[in-house]
Amino acid sequence: MTDITDTIDTARPPAPAPLPVQPPSGCPFDPPPLSNLLERGDPHDEFGALRAEEPISKISLPDGSWAWLATRYADIRAILGDTRFSSDTTLHGYPLSGMTGGASTENRGFIRRDPPEHTRLRRMVTREFMVKRVEALRPEIQRITDELCDAMERAEGRTADLVEALALPVPSLVISLLLGVPYDDHEIFQRLTGTLLSRTVTDAEREAARIELRDYLDQLVTAKEADPGDDILGRLIIEQRQTGEITHDEVAAFAALLLIAGHETTANMIGLSALTLMRDRATAEQLRRDPALIRGAVEELLRFHSIIRNGPRRVATVDVEIDGHLIRAGEGVVAAVPSGNRDESVFADADRLDIRRPNAQHHVAFGYGIHQCLGQALARVELQVVIATLLRRFPAMRPAVPVEEIPFRTDMAIHGCHALPVTW
Amino acid sequence: MKITLDADKCCAAGQCVLVAPEVFDQRDEDGVVVLLDAEPAADQHAAVREAAAICPAAVIEVHE
Ligand code: HEM
Ligand code: SF4
Repeated sequence: MTDITDTIDTARPPAPAPLPVQPPSGCPFDPPPLSNLLERGDPHDEFGALRAEEPISKISLPDGSWAWLATRYADIRAILGDTRFSSDTTLHGYPLSGMTGGASTENRGFIRRDPPEHTRLRRMVTREFMVKRVEALRPEIQRITDELCDAMERAEGRTADLVEALALPVPSLVISLLLGVPYDDHEIFQRLTGTLLSRTVTDAEREAARIELRDYLDQLVTAKEADPGDDILGRLIIEQRQTGEITHDEVAAFAALLLIAGHETTANMIGLSALTLMRDRATAEQLRRDPALIRGAVEELLRFHSIIRNGPRRVATVDVEIDGHLIRAGEGVVAAVPSGNRDESVFADADRLDIRRPNAQHHVAFGYGIHQCLGQALARVELQVVIATLLRRFPAMRPAVPVEEIPFRTDMAIHGCHALPVTW
Repeated sequence: MKITLDADKCCAAGQCVLVAPEVFDQRDEDGVVVLLDAEPAADQHAAVREAAAICPAAVIEVHE
């Protein structure tokens, strides 16, 4: 089966490197009230300069190789929307370095494949994530969120780590439900996914959790082959596995991809969004007064935070000209989504958070082209429900430590905070 | 306004449905886009143009 870290650039921190798209300064908020944090350097200044002067530039990767860095919105859409740029991480020249656990295995998920194979595999699960299916889950997502909020309220001392209490469990419980992880296993599943994403565990512990989770998913697929349920894995087994379209290992690879791609991303967006609204009281108040604003607010938060810090990435399969630059076959490209989403030619006053921004949904936080996030409708509903619930149930919530003491994930490929101590 | 689709290219993430639910839907078996109204009334035009602009796979073509 697939290597669990081998699916999206989520599971492991990239090696430290002088990549301009590498992790940002500590604080994700700018323009900054926090000059002490910004002394460490503001990536958005650097991106702004590149967009103006050298929109397609060369960057060095941790292993000493290099890749093109695209920083303008239009170029990023052109690259991600063009299938002459490949997602196949086994191709020579694919810029893997600094992105993830490393080389690719045979059963890598479809995020790392090209058409026609990508299309064939993605279409086996697209029905599960379409808008109306996800909308039907909204009450269930609300219930999960409310239960976690109840537990927070019951806890001593009106304090919590919001990451541990809410941001990590919501996406983990939602994907468990969708995949059909039995209720009794939710705890194991949460413990293992939590360990994978924790920074306080040792490498050995994380590796052990990775193997345990891989074996867990393998056994889960075996159990479902015997008794498929009414869930994503059950349907894949009945409709695709039993008809011989995919193998046991491919079903397990689907499970791993859906789990990894949706967990750390959604969790970090929840944490950053909550923090943003605790600091921006006026915006929080607007959202409390007019709950219909939540949809647009989530788009704007996705744009503003752009948590995928050093990708998506591609390799050119033929020579392609982008914005007057010749990108040759075999050369790697890093599409700097956080930069594209601050491109002033598309988003006026781009460094400002504006929950009524009319074109916020034009962001490329979910990527662009045929690989655009499969789980985006789900991520949107999770964020809408969690943020609206927090605002309603914990109107007085605030950070329990000064912002400069919040541990931001400067060391990770997905931006966010490791922990978010709050009080109310 | 007249809309045509190149549904083979659709990657089924449903952005069009979010912005113009009266014009676009997704088919049950695989989430691929379907057109509910190929010649929508004027009050839908802005939403349809928006859908065409954000569709990640250049599926939606608008003829005006
Ligand atoms: C706020 C949360 C999320 C963000 C910011 C995000 C971002 C992204 C991005 C940028 C890509 C494109 C990668 C590329 O082009 O190479 C992607 C792909 C993907 N995402 Fe998400 N994602 C989020 C949540 C989710 C959720 C909840 C799921 C599902 C459970 C999910 C499943 C996937 C899958 C399966 C792919 C691969 C699609 C393909 O290659 O065709 N994501 N995501
Ligand atoms: S936005 Fe485009 S790719 Fe997405 S479902 Fe609609 S037509 Fe298909």
